[in-house]
Amino acid sequence: MSVRHSLLALLSAGPMHGYGLKTEFEAATGDVWPLNVGQVYTTLGRLERDGMVTAETDADGQKIYQITDPGRGELARWFDTPVPREVIPRQELAIKLVFAMRSGAADVTAVVQRQRVATVRALQDITRLKTDAEASGDTAWLLMLDALVFQAEAEARWLDMCEARLAREQVSTDLARRRAEVQQLGIAAAPAAERSTE
Amino acid sequence: MTVLDIDHAGRVFGSGHLRVVALDGVTLQVGPGEFVAVMGPSGSGKSTLLRLAGGLDRPTSGRVLLAGRDLAPLDEAGLAEARRRQVGFLFQEANLLPTLTAAENVALALELDGVRPKAAMAGARGLLESLGLLAAAGARFPAQLSGGEQQRVAIARAVAGGRSLLLADEPTGALDVLTGETVMGLLRQRCDSGCAVVLATHNIRHAAWADRVVFLSGGRLSGETGPPPGPGCLLETGRTR
Repeated sequence: MSVRHSLLALLSAGPMHGYGLKTEFEAATGDVWPLNVGQVYTTLGRLERDGMVTAETDADGQKIYQITDPGRGELARWFDTPVPREVIPRQELAIKLVFAMRSGAADVTAVVQRQRVATVRALQDITRLKTDAEASGDTAWLLMLDALVFQAEAEARWLDMCEARLAREQVSTDLARRRAEVQQLGIAAAPAAERSTE
Repeated sequence: MTVLDIDHAGRVFGSGHLRVVALDGVTLQVGPGEFVAVMGPSGSGKSTLLRLAGGLDRPTSGRVLLAGRDLAPLDEAGLAEARRRQVGFLFQEANLLPTLTAAENVALALELDGVRPKAAMAGARGLLESLGLLAAAGARFPAQLSGGEQQRVAIARAVAGGRSLLLADEPTGALDVLTGETVMGLLRQRCDSGCAVVLATHNIRHAAWADRVVFLSGGRLSGETGPPPGPGCLLETGRTR
């Protein structure tokens, strides 16, 4: 997530104080990415150093920040460039399932199902918020909520896939065991059959 | 009173080595105005459960009660009557009668309930309007409507005459993402006006519209989310509006 570019985007609408930027950022993203105020001031300091914003002290002695032309240029470049996909995003859930399988220390199907229930609950919450957002006509907020919905959906579909693979593995293990049993019975039955014809 | 009461219902198809257990002792109760989603992969028993719930099929064990009435003693005619009075169905395809206009498709359901043709037409138009379809669309034939509009007509037909239970089997499967979302919103609205809805889906995004999500796996209930938590959503805190 680019705090730097988000702050530039907020400043492109007009000059603001550091604390105001923090509040606006969190309002726009619904607290999905909480920012601490220190992070905001550090980023603003770097932006000032790089000539992307200027700061003036107002009558109350507070710094008010304003975007510069290079800042607008950087913002335009951000909007014009697709977001790179992380090659290996660190996904706790994927790691948890991999180790559940490898270690044999947990019932993987149960882990999958618990996660699915949690994901559905989160989605129910987001869907309720979407209904409100739809009613109030807040499209930017709706897009943000849609993003969360589709991320959750992707996770759930992956869980479906995990479960299906586990089920298939179970079926083939069962089948192999039954074949082995039948084969053993066959070997045991064959001499008996020979005996009966004697 | 519960609108739908499925009590340890099972459904077995075939016998001997061809025996398939489609549903195994499933219990589910749905109250008025409640929206329940049934989730599970293909072959988990979702559609079988919906068919039992709507009296389109009979359980091989357990019971199904519609508005407190056990469906088991009813003959085929009685079952059809119970279905017509209480249950609306919604499928992936709208299945409208192609030679009737949208409004006539809905009015027909009301006329079968004994409503006079003129009043049925007026009722149909009102219902279509409540689902966001204007009078002009009501006068069109199904082939002249978009997929989303056809599905709205199908919803109107399914809830016409104040049917208390709406059974929906993947109703958005043939629609684009945003239209599908609109249809889910309409189902939610029907619930909020007192109709019970049971939705079978493998899509978690659609299931999230429900008050309660139950999971089916291999014909058995394998979990549920329980009723929705009260206010205090994970995203609401601190958001300034």
